[in-house]
Parts: sequence; C-alpha cells; structure tokens
Amino acid sequence: MTEQHRFGTTIAPITCHAWNKNRNQIAISPNNQEVHIYEKSGSEWKITDNLSQHDLRVMGIDWAPNTNRIVTCSADRNAYVWNQDADKKWKPTLVLLRINRAATCVKWSPDENKFAVGSGARLVSVCYFESENDWWVSKHIKKPLRSTVTALDWHPNNMLLVVGSTDFKVRVFSAHIKDIEKVPEPTPWGSKTTLGTLLAEFSNSSAGGGWVQSVSFSPDGNKVCWVAHDSTINVADASKGNATIKMRTEFLPFMSCTWITNNSIVAAGHSCIPVLYHHTENGLVFSAKLDASQKKETGGLSAMKMFHSLDKQARSEVSDTSILSIHQNAITCICLYNGTKSNCTKFSTSGLDGLLVIWDLNSLERAIQGLKIV
Amino acid sequence: MAKNTFSSAFRKIDVDQYCEDNYREDDTDGGPTGPDENEVNSLLQKGKNLDALKLVLTNAPLGSKNQQTKDNALTLTLKVLLSIKPPQIEEAVSQLSPELLDVVMKYVYKGFECPSEGSSGHLLLWHEKIYNQGGVGCIVRVLSDTRRA
Repeated sequence: MTEQHRFGTTIAPITCHAWNKNRNQIAISPNNQEVHIYEKSGSEWKITDNLSQHDLRVMGIDWAPNTNRIVTCSADRNAYVWNQDADKKWKPTLVLLRINRAATCVKWSPDENKFAVGSGARLVSVCYFESENDWWVSKHIKKPLRSTVTALDWHPNNMLLVVGSTDFKVRVFSAHIKDIEKVPEPTPWGSKTTLGTLLAEFSNSSAGGGWVQSVSFSPDGNKVCWVAHDSTINVADASKGNATIKMRTEFLPFMSCTWITNNSIVAAGHSCIPVLYHHTENGLVFSAKLDASQKKETGGLSAMKMFHSLDKQARSEVSDTSILSIHQNAITCICLYNGTKSNCTKFSTSGLDGLLVIWDLNSLERAIQGLKIV
Repeated sequence: MAKNTFSSAFRKIDVDQYCEDNYREDDTDGGPTGPDENEVNSLLQKGKNLDALKLVLTNAPLGSKNQQTKDNALTLTLKVLLSIKPPQIEEAVSQLSPELLDVVMKYVYKGFECPSEGSSGHLLLWHEKIYNQGGVGCIVRVLSDTRRA
C-alpha cells in the first residue's frame, strides 16, 4: 500500500525532495547546505552525486522532467541551475536573483523555460535563460508583497503564478516574460499580461491570522488551494468570481498541499498524516485520513508486564514511544510520483523524520472503507 | 557558515526600518463595539444562557483597538461562560458553528490568564468539550490569530 524509503545512514530531516522524470532518481536535501542525488538500483538507493555549491541550508529543489535540469535555492540568497555533463556529474550555473534575503522556494514553470524563486526579500524572482549572454537572469515581482514569500505554484498555461506569503495573503500574478514568450490567451483570472500584474488577492482570514504554508493551482488552472498556519485549507475559484471557501480543520497546521484530481486535494503537515479533501459544489468536504495505521495489538498484555511498567515508568504501557502514523514527525513536502495533478495515482511525502513515503492512491482507495477519489 | 560569537547585539538591529514597503496590518474599520451588556444580562436573568452565549460570541470585539471595549467584552463573556452549568456545556458547544468555537476558545484561554475564584476549573471543562468538537486545530487558531480576545 505504501513504500517507505530511507536514504543513506542519516536520520536527519529531509528539507525537500524532487524526482526525475523516470522516478528512478531523487534529489533530497538532508537539512543542510547539500543536495544529494540518489539512484535506485534494485531495492537499494545509491548516492550518485552530492551538489555542494550552497553555503547555507537548501530551501527548495525542483527537477525539470523533460529538460533534465535541477534548480536549487538556499538561505544563502543564491539559486543554481544544475545540468548533467557527459560524465553524469552535475554542474552548477549561478542565477542572478538580486535579492538581499534568503530564497525560500523554487518551481520550474510547466514549459521548463523559466522558474520562479520566492524569498524573504518580499519579492518573487522570475528567472529565464538569456542566450545572448549565456546566463540566467531574473525579473522581480515586488508589489504588493509585504512579507516573506513562503510558497508558489505555476498555472498550467506557463504564464501565471500563485504566491503565498507571511502577510496572510495569497496572490495571483502574471509572470509573462515578453522577451522570450508570445502573448498568452486570457484566462478566467484576467487578460492583463504585463509581468507582475496582480490578478487576484485573497486574504487567508479576515481575522488576520495564519501565514500561508503552501499553494497549488488546480490542473485546469481555474482554482487555487492553499493551506495556512491556522490549520485551515482554502480554495478560491476564478470561474466563480473568485469565490473562496475556507475550512477550519481539526488537525495541526498543514505544511504542504497539492491537487491530485481536478476536485481532490491532498494536504499534510504537523499532524504527520496526509489528509484527502474533496472540493464539491457545496464546498470543501473532508474525505479521509490516508494513513490508516492502527494501534498495534500488543501480544497479550500480561499483568506482570503492566505492573512492571507502572512501577518503573508510572504508566501502564511501554509501547507509546512512537505515534500512530507512518511518518513519525511533521511532513514538509508532497510531490507527485505517478501521474499529473489531474490524474495522480501515487504521491510521495517527506518530513522531519527523514523518511520518504510513497502513497498508492489506488490501493488506498480499496483499503480504506468509503474512500472514493473523484 | 556564520562564525559562532558570544555577541548577540546584532539581533537587535532593525534592518527593515529603511524599507518603505514593510508589512503593515490592514486597517480595521473599528470592528464591532462589543455585545450589549443589558441585553446579555436580561437573557441571563431569563435563564436563556445559550442565547446569551451566542450573542456575546457573535459580537465579540476581537479586532477592536479599544482595550476598554475588549475588557468589558471579556468580563461579560466570562460571566456567561461561568453561568452555564457543567452538564449544559456539551449541549452549548454542540450548537456553536466552527467560527464561534474558535472565538469561545480564545475567551477560555483569556479566562485562564485572568482567573477568579473557581473559574479555572470551570473553564477547563469548557476547554475539554470544545477540544472534543473542534480538535487541536481550534487551539492552533487561538495561537496563530493576531486578533486576541
């Protein structure tokens, strides 16, 4: 039902991870300034390269599937685009982000001709390759961002960006670069295409609480979902006049979210379990916890064992050192493993426990009673 | 990597003070002026404690900048919370919407902050019932919300 993987002998948290196109290689950052590339051989993960160009903790990794390039960004204010040489080693190219604070997140655009970097400098750098000078340059989206950008995601049309930040707002911007791209078709979000045009702005809560942790465009591009630190999950729909739905959940805050069909969202975070939500005509509906771990039956708790434990540790059970989920600490990153946002069948999660878990939605659908992914 | 030093004075330098686009809180339009004390008291006298509870919670002046308004609302809300008897608490909580659950949880925590004779024990009962319905998310929203009770 689920596969669990560990990388190397380290038990350090995994900051973030990214897969290559064939899903036989993975780039992870073990909560430091390095990015490790692992390749699967049989059932083993072998380390093939160590990308150690950054000086401070790596904050974001993204692997472009078709052009096979990796982009990493870090708290040292730099981003690198990594290309694979003939000898299979990865070589970095520095990107001129022009920021004076840590870079926090990075994403390739769907066409892989540009990428966006969010940062603590209250701006988003949209970067593209300038062939005349043979380097990556960036253009800034500044206004009206007022605080650190924590999350971003690309619209499937390659032209729009959704940006979440710690000023409790989610904004949709145009990220069209006229030097390298044709004028795009208008979308329900608006027809203006100038880089940095604010097309929509959503406040996470009227009560001004909860910075945005993760944002995601729906596969048809008309909806945006985000999760925030006030334990809510939200959806805004451009085809319905930017109507927003907010759901106050009973869980600890989510750190990451993604669409897995046009109407289903997976979110995961401090509760250590991925949770499935459906977006229907009537709003957001809680569907299921995807981690169905049950309390293990202890092989007949003997009276002697119980009294022994009561005597030694003042509690009747000894097996409560682990929590009832596969992940033993907060989940920080969700990636699609199989399929796209419109028909995802497997996704992967990694977190502070250093574990990477691959979840198979088809088998989960069979195993969890009443679970139907629409 | 940065060198370890014993000096931490640099942490107190406000490097953002020269930026003109600093984060500012949204201006609030005064917000609600708080619940009507007479109305709440008359509801309490008639024994309609649940109605009084809904009234104080829907009119809670959480976004207000006037400390006096907030203090008055807090006193009034605590009075209502403490007037509801322990067996009625579960019923009262079950009638509240998720939004109001968050509000009442804020007042419960504020009540812990400024206790009176026997209030904390009573509020712990409220806390338990609200937690059972709203889950841990309810507590997180009390912590993360910038508009305090």
